[in-house]
Amino acid sequence: MPFIKDKALAADSFTAVADDAALADGPVLVSLARFQKDRETLLARNTAIGVRLKSDESPELLGEDVNRLSLVALEFPKFRDGRAFSWARMLRTRLGFTGEIRAVGDFLYDQLAYQHRTGFDAWELPENLTLDDFNRALAEMTNVYQPSADGKKTIRELRAGL
Amino acid sequence: MAEPNMYRYDEFDAQFVAERTAQFRTQVERRLKGELNEDQFKPLRLMNGLYLQLHAYMLRVAVPYGTLSSAQMRKLAHIARVYDKGYGHFTTRQNIQYNWPALVDVPDILEELASVEMHAIQTSGNCIRNVTADHFAGAALDEIEDPRPLAEVIRQWSSLHPEFVFLPRKFKIAVSGAPNDRAALAYHDMAIEIVKNDQGRVGYKVLVGGGMGRTPYIAQVLGDFVEKEDILAFLEAAMRIYNQQGRRDNMYKARIKILTNALGIEEMRRLTGIEFAEIKKAGTLQLPKEELDRITAYFAAPAFETLEDAMPSGDAAFEAWKKTNVHKHRQPGYAIATISLKPIGGVPGDASADQMDAVAAIMDRYSLGEIRVSHEQNLVLPHVRQKDLPAIHAALAGFDLATPNAGLITDIIACPGLDYCDLANARSIPIAQDIAKTFADLDRQHDIGELKIKISGCINACGHHHAGHIGILGVDKKGVEFYQLLLGGSGAEDASIGQIMGPGFTEHEIAGAVERVVNLYLAKREKGERFLDTYRRMGMEPFKNVAYGEELYAVHQG
Repeated sequence: MPFIKDKALAADSFTAVADDAALADGPVLVSLARFQKDRETLLARNTAIGVRLKSDESPELLGEDVNRLSLVALEFPKFRDGRAFSWARMLRTRLGFTGEIRAVGDFLYDQLAYQHRTGFDAWELPENLTLDDFNRALAEMTNVYQPSADGKKTIRELRAGL
Repeated sequence: MAEPNMYRYDEFDAQFVAERTAQFRTQVERRLKGELNEDQFKPLRLMNGLYLQLHAYMLRVAVPYGTLSSAQMRKLAHIARVYDKGYGHFTTRQNIQYNWPALVDVPDILEELASVEMHAIQTSGNCIRNVTADHFAGAALDEIEDPRPLAEVIRQWSSLHPEFVFLPRKFKIAVSGAPNDRAALAYHDMAIEIVKNDQGRVGYKVLVGGGMGRTPYIAQVLGDFVEKEDILAFLEAAMRIYNQQGRRDNMYKARIKILTNALGIEEMRRLTGIEFAEIKKAGTLQLPKEELDRITAYFAAPAFETLEDAMPSGDAAFEAWKKTNVHKHRQPGYAIATISLKPIGGVPGDASADQMDAVAAIMDRYSLGEIRVSHEQNLVLPHVRQKDLPAIHAALAGFDLATPNAGLITDIIACPGLDYCDLANARSIPIAQDIAKTFADLDRQHDIGELKIKISGCINACGHHHAGHIGILGVDKKGVEFYQLLLGGSGAEDASIGQIMGPGFTEHEIAGAVERVVNLYLAKREKGERFLDTYRRMGMEPFKNVAYGEELYAVHQG
């Protein structure tokens, strides 16, 4: 599937590791359960770590470890489940997470702009979508009414000439 | 054409709505080409107020906080005429819906709407819906502040809010600026009452967790006094708790009322407080006084003439109308006039294109170009001169719009029911028509006085049956429509949830049961008591004893 990072097609440097599989060399992406189970080992490996959170798993469950991660992948089990928008926002603001936030799972073209606004910066795109689609989705609405994690100026600020 | 004092789009609002319209056009095109399946298209069309109903698509157009200009009313008439079957239906959420648009036409309808600064954004779907407000805003005698500037601030903040467009379930917010609650605050997911504190400072009391549906709850206080500049931060905090913790496994338990009651209001307050402190600290959501002032200026009181109070008199028809459909205005010499959309035997809330055009002309001539849609499915002329009332009454009468029944037993709220709705178990409209005909005699209606009947065709309660002094709920029992009777509900400042009487009635029995209940009230009421007061004093039992009648009682016992 197309992988987008920083608004361009990219190669995914992380290897997804199943809960019962051996850890691969290099950067790995594991579940929260696996991370909690093998925390010491993973942190001692000195390679980039990513954790994949289910939509009912708050990033707060990562505790202080969150800022030792390079990647948090947030799962959309169904596109209707909008919890990850709040998790991404929480990662960027409350937890000050500066690593990659990746959208994975079932989401639609029409949700890309919302994901981008709330702090996602990487996407495992659905098969039917291209980079052009992605760029178009982000450009559909020029201005926004509310502040979010993207730091975009709001209409209120534009009105005030800020 | 009169230009009312109401919010006007600036270049940013106009661009926003235009782009949103273009975006929806491509979504419709993708659906028509088959690139989106119905399952994928559904949340997108719902976010733009487009439902797939029994017979056709239904488009719900937002009327933010119920305020319309005459130009907008004319556009609504035009859309009814060109794209629908010549009428529209005003809803309990102050919106208007069209029951017969073709999918391929919907983008064009949205463009027509955008040309008069209207849209259908978030009139449906699991997002923050159109914000509602007191329909007497800016005119009411008891108002602390006009609720519409805040409602407009919330409209903007909630429009395509990236975090809150895929919530567990829909989310309804209402605002009132007066102690007499005409906006049914207690039945909203969140509601804001404008209040004054001990120091005389104006701020916001925030309620959470009210709602109807299969589990009705009265809202509880989430914030006793939120400062004006903090309101968006406070709302966002509560929304975030809901988005994270609201149930998603069962759509019937997904509203914030369920979460609030599962966590308990204390825990809800605590969690909101933590989140609120953090958002406030970040500062980006603080509402600057200048911005609130800027929006408030749009809603400035019109340039009223200096007049004396002098209520005109007229013939019996005018006097009857004046008694129920005219309310006191805060400006001497002015009045608030309610246009009933409840003609006896008609469909509650329906208005034809010709009626809408007639209303627009009356708005321009007599009401400074402005009108309100009320959650009771009527229209309200907010600022009319008392001396013009006879002429207004005559003009309305010419279009069957002068029914003198505002607040009376025939001023019935009813959902579209099984005649239109995909979800309904039973018809609502014919029941409303039967009851209205039963009580058609005007003297009798006036004798009965204030009595709110609300009818829903299913447990989702779009007809607000829980909040009716008399509520009626349509249910399906083995393929037959039955109607349960509820007594004692209220959506006002004395909010309460109606109690179910007992076994349901058939469609032929229900109007008779209502009549027997009302007759008992007339026999037993004490001086000054409304039906609701008498019910609260006497309780269910005596009403239940008469409602079923001897014959029916035997049937239901058998």
